[in-house]
Order: sequence, then structure tokens, then C-alpha cells
Amino acid sequence: MSKAPTIRSPKSGGDRSLDSLPPRSVDQVPSAKKSWTPPRIILWAAIALLGGVSWTMLAIVRGETVNAIWFVFAALCSYLIAYRFYSKVIQKFITKPDDTRATPAEYKADGKDFVQTDRRVLFGHHFAAIAGAGPLVGPVLAVQMGFLPGTVWIIVGVIFAGAVQDYLVLFFSTRRGGRSLGQMARDELGKVGGTAAIVASLLIMIIIIAILALVVVNALAESPWGVFSVGMTIPIALFMGVYLRFLRPGRITEVSIIGFVLLMLAIVGGGWVGETDWGVAIFTLDRTTLAWALIIYGFIAAVLPVWLLLAPRDYLSTFMKIGVIGLLAAAIVIVRPEISVPAFSKFASGETGPVVPGTLFPFLFVTIACGALSGFHALIASGTTPKLLQKERQSRFIGYGGMLMESMVAVMALVAAVTLDQGIYYAMNSSAAATGGTVEGAVAWVNSLGLTGVNLTPDQLTQTANDVGEASIVSRTGGAPTLALGLANVMHQLIGGTGMMSFWYHFAIMFEALFILTAVDAGTRVSRFQLQDTIGNIVPAFRNTSWRPGVFISTAIMVAGWGAILLMGVTDPLGGINTLFPLFGIANQLLAAIALAVCLAIIAKNNNFRWLWVVAVPLAFVAVITISASFLKIFSPVTAVGYWANHVAFRDALAAGETTLGTAQTVEAMEAVVRNTFIQGTLSIIFVTLAIIVIATAIVATVRSYRSGGGVSSEDPRVESRVFAPSGLTATAEEKEIQKQWDALPAAQRPTAGH
Amino acid sequence: MAGSIVTGTVPALAGWAGRGARSIRWYVTSLMGDRAYEIYVAHLAVEHPGEPPLSEREFWVQRYREQEATPGARCC
Repeated sequence: MSKAPTIRSPKSGGDRSLDSLPPRSVDQVPSAKKSWTPPRIILWAAIALLGGVSWTMLAIVRGETVNAIWFVFAALCSYLIAYRFYSKVIQKFITKPDDTRATPAEYKADGKDFVQTDRRVLFGHHFAAIAGAGPLVGPVLAVQMGFLPGTVWIIVGVIFAGAVQDYLVLFFSTRRGGRSLGQMARDELGKVGGTAAIVASLLIMIIIIAILALVVVNALAESPWGVFSVGMTIPIALFMGVYLRFLRPGRITEVSIIGFVLLMLAIVGGGWVGETDWGVAIFTLDRTTLAWALIIYGFIAAVLPVWLLLAPRDYLSTFMKIGVIGLLAAAIVIVRPEISVPAFSKFASGETGPVVPGTLFPFLFVTIACGALSGFHALIASGTTPKLLQKERQSRFIGYGGMLMESMVAVMALVAAVTLDQGIYYAMNSSAAATGGTVEGAVAWVNSLGLTGVNLTPDQLTQTANDVGEASIVSRTGGAPTLALGLANVMHQLIGGTGMMSFWYHFAIMFEALFILTAVDAGTRVSRFQLQDTIGNIVPAFRNTSWRPGVFISTAIMVAGWGAILLMGVTDPLGGINTLFPLFGIANQLLAAIALAVCLAIIAKNNNFRWLWVVAVPLAFVAVITISASFLKIFSPVTAVGYWANHVAFRDALAAGETTLGTAQTVEAMEAVVRNTFIQGTLSIIFVTLAIIVIATAIVATVRSYRSGGGVSSEDPRVESRVFAPSGLTATAEEKEIQKQWDALPAAQRPTAGH
Repeated sequence: MAGSIVTGTVPALAGWAGRGARSIRWYVTSLMGDRAYEIYVAHLAVEHPGEPPLSEREFWVQRYREQEATPGARCC
């Protein structure tokens, strides 16, 4: 390509100049009616057949074991069919993308935030931003109900709810200049609904940070190896930050590779340090100490300049994310582990399990959360990604396709967890309140659960702990250690043998911790900004985000918010993660309900009532799950499920002068339960109230649109596009033809096409 | 590219491998953000010709400062 001597600005020249350009959209050329050629029919028939066989193997054939490969095929084939057919229906009848219309990345181009980005690069960006620890942890906890309920919901849920939400939010935000979900809620739902949505998202952020932090604390407690290697990420990130600032600015890949190597050394080094006396003495920390360390860290990280800690750690975690997920997928396909977990466990049919309490409906859906439907994605799909999207049509590939990929990660996490022995799974995931935290206690507890085919021996537990270089694996709740063990269990069969198991275990812990620390730091910053904005209404000085006292005060408030919940979880006499995780799921699904409610109102405004069900059905479903789960948490008389039932039971016991109840052995522990259940119960009430307000305002807006036959669209005015780009992963023949015409255009006439 | 000039399996393979390596490099550096400065300079040349671009060092200092003022969420 020759360098253009002069490049004409796309701003010069009116609409007439568009005539001299080749087609900007495939819609502009008379399309040869795409026929179903025999090879194409055979291909899709084969995909459908393989998918059908895989589902049969998982759901109907009841052998002693089932091979992990069927999970991969069932998921992949379902995704392919959903992407090729269902997402195209949404594209044809709801979004109706118009590639002759410029995206914000084109008409607001500033070379920094608004940049037309290659669709394949943007897919990676978007995926790295949406994928975190959530889809890894939820499915692991849901394995308590057997492998089938979780698998079905992850796959069906993503196709009809999660990917639909991500796609629609991305598209609608793109049409609105890349506006955020909160702003769109205000536009579509009015002041009450919009304010409820913003308050809810702030609270949700706090609860999500707290519970992610709890997952890290649980993974690192009493583990000198883990504490050392995860702790080393701080100096490594600082080094990377300094390197990028002062030595070689902009060399991000280079510094990430250096950081990755250092990270591997930190993991190996952790193994050595964990074996020395001084290492054990320094780095063996209990949960409360770790929680305080994380709180202090969270505060400092959120007030430090981003280049020093946040940005470099983000690079590192992106690097690790793509790598590890690819590695795990390859390992599962190559190793093809046999799985002996039952399709449905006894905890699927109404009995309350030890990992997360509650019946399959609605708690399965609340527990899995991220891998099937994640409200948090709406925050990325609005605001961040639309500013980089080159063409409207690409939103299907990036929004819908990106979420399918995340769901695949959730399926793999589930597979990794079900490769573990059932006895070990329950020993790791039952709270210390049940197992007593000892090998003997865990063996007695797990064997008393009465699970078929489970006969745990003390040897199994000590041997496994030994293999992964930990003092104990009993009651390592939170999902991360279980996933790490599952991943180590699969990976060591591919690379390194049993001798490498401890490395893989700590490798997995490290990468989960990286995700979570980034989420904690970024989440604290985002919520601090929201808070500063809110306080700014009363004290204008807070609006200025570079006013240090304002930054310090509002950061401290946010950190205190999640820190208090974290400490509550860490010291909870009832176990922590099992009481708090449902709140995490409810919060996340509630955000999804808000996002879907906004989409519902928009589609209604467009007067597209025929296809409203595409959003109305998942919205109704998620509304039923969140509201019924919240109601159970509030009103259930079963103490393991209902926060208030527990609250009342412990309060009455204290009033009656008792000194122990259930797993709370002292009066202080009982008082802690009274306090914790009060906070948890209050949060549940606030969440469900906000959810009902948002959904009700969305329904009101929808009915209003129905009566008046649509409404005034809040889309930004149309701007003509002057570029062309293919829409999917690979260019179609039609798109290649158009691209050829663009490439043939004299350089001087070519509008800037970003990069 | 070598394959089109010199016929033979080895040069063809080498050319293929070279293109593959370049594509991977392009993808990784685009994804990680190495090319942000390049993009900014190109944008400036087109939209505001004549305006001198910031140096690479200044550009990054400013970019991180802006990132600080507009924090983005990371998912759970």
C-alpha cells in the first residue's frame, strides 16, 4: 500500500460525495439470494446431529460415567446453531442494523476513546472485559445439584437470555452515542426508574466486590504459597508500571510477557517459600488478617495513579485470561476426563445442600449467574465497547458471540469441577462450621450426607492436599480452590504429571486472584466516582475528581462499604460464602433484569410488539428468579434459607438465655449471626424493592408505548458512514467483493478507516 | 509472499509461517493496546493536520490521566 500524499478529511464534502464511494453496507448491493446448497445443509445437519447426540449422552444415557467431551460438543453445537439462527432472527426483526449509518467510533472519532477497532480485536477486548471470576465460580458451586441442571442452564440461559441481553444493550447503546446503562435507564424509564437503576447498580457493585474479595480471602487463607505468589503480583505490577512510564512507554505486549515470566517465577518461588520455616511463619495468614490486608490494599490501589498498579495488572490479567482459557479448552479436549458425578444429586430435588442453601428453583439460576446471564456485562456493552465498534452489524458477533464464549468458559469451569471426586468436592465446599475444619470432621460430615457412591477417606484428603502443596483442603469454600483443583486435575494429565499438580493449582489460584483484584480495584474506582457525583449535588467540591480530600473520603466510604460485608463474611459463624453467595447472584441477576427492562422499553418504543417476546420472556424469567429468590431469603421459615428466620431464631435463643445454637458455639457468635442476618436480610429487601420499581416502570413505559403506537426514539441523529468493514469473524464472499472495491479506491479518495 | 515468487514447498511454508507470525503479532499488539499511539498519530494527521502530535511518552502520561478520570468497570 502506498502512502497517501494527502488524505481528504471525511468531514469535508457533503452527502453527494457518498455516491463516489463503493457500497458501505452489504444491504446496498442486490444480494444473490443465499441458497441452502447441499454442502451447507449437510454441515448444519451434522452440527445438529452431533449436538443432539451429545445432549443425549449427557441427559438421557445413564452410564457409570460420562465423558467430558460431550459437554464440549453439546455446548459448541448449541452455540453454533443459536448464533447462526437465533441471533440472526434478532438481527433481522429487532436490531435491524444499518451499516450505512456511522457508529460513534466513526462520527465521534477522537483517536483515543472513540476509535474504529477491527472487529476481531474488539471481540478480544470485549471478551476480556466481560470474563472474570464470576463464570468460573458460580458453576463450581452449582455442581452441588449434579452436573445436568447447571449445564442446561448455562447453555440454554446464554442462548435465550445472556447473549440476547449483551447483544441488545451493545446495539442500543451504539445507536445512542455509547451512552451508559444508567443514562439509558433514565431516558427510557423516566426519573424514578432511572434513579432506582442507578442506586441499584451502586449497591450491586459493593456487594459484588465484597463477595469476590471473600472468594480471594478464602482461597489464600492458611496458604503461605498462595499468599506469597499472589502478593508478588503487587511488586510485579509496580515494576511493569514503572517500566511503561519511564523506560519504554507503549510497549505493552513486551512488558506483559516480562510480567508473565515473573509471575511464573513467583508461583514456583511460592512453592519454595511455602516449604521454609520463615515462609510459613510470615505468609500463613488467617482469614481476618487477609480480609484487612485486602481492605487496606483496595483503598491504596484505588487512590494510586492508574499507570502504577491498575493498568499493568489489567494487562497481565488480559494476557493470562486468554491464555489460560485456551489452555483449559485444549486440555479438556485432549485429556477427555471421565466424570462420575451424578446428573442430578439429591440436593437437586428440594433438599438443602451444604454448598449453597436452597432448592433448585430459583437458587440454581441465582448461583450460576455470570456464565448464563450477567447483568454486569450490560455495563461493558454500554459505554465501553460501543465507542470502539466499527459497524452496527458487528454488534451481533461481538455482543452475542462474545457472551457465547463466556458461557463456554463457564461450561469448562463446570467440567473441571465435576472431574473431582464427589467426596473431595463436598469436603472442600462445606463450611468450616459443618466440617470443623479438620480432616476427621470433614470425613465424618461428608460421609453423613448420604450421597450415593461417596466414601471419603482421610487419606484422600491429606494426599490431595499434599499433591497441591497446601496444608489442608478442608472447607476451602468460595469455588476458587475447587476450580483450581479441578484445573490442576485436568492439566497435570496433559503437562507435567502429578509432580506438576501443585504448580497448576497455584497457577489457577493466581489467575483467579488477578481477575478479582482487578475487579476490586476497578469496581472501587467506578463506585467512588458515582458516589462523588452524588455527593457533588450537595457539596459541589466533590464533583472535582482530582480534589484529593474528596477522592480520599469517597474511596474510604466505598471501601468501608464492601470491607464491612467482607469482614462479615469472613467471621460469619455460619460459614460466609454459603450465606453470602446468593446475594451476589441475586444482585447480578437483578442488574440483568434492569438491562433487559431497558431493552424492553426501547423495543416497545420502536413499536415492535410482534418481537417483544424475545426480551419479555427472559425478563419475565429473570424477574421471577430474582424476586422469588429474594422473597425466599426474606420470608422463608427454613433457617438455612431465610435470613430473617435465622435472625429471629438466634435473637429468640439469646433472649431465652441460651449460649449455643447450631454451629454458633458462643454468645458472641450468636450475636454475630443476629447482626449478619439483619444486614443480609435488609440488603435483600432493598434489592427486591429496587428490582420491582425498575421492572414496574419498564412495564408502564411499554404499555404507554403500546397505547400510543410507539414513542419518540432516544437514538442519536443519523450520520452517514463513510467506511466499510465485514461483520462476522470471517468475511463473506459478498463482503470480500465489496472490500475489493474499497481497496481499489485511489488512496486520496479513501476516507480514513481507523486502523 | 515468498511462495508466489519461488515455487517450492519450503519457501511457501516459510512465507505462510511468516504471514502467520505477523498476523499473530498484529492481533496481540492490537488487543493489548501497543498500537494506541500509532492510532492517535494517524488520527491527528487526518483530522487535525498541522497540529503537532504529543510525544509517545506524553501521550501515555495523558492517556493514563484520562483513564483515571473515567474509570471503566471490569467484570466479575
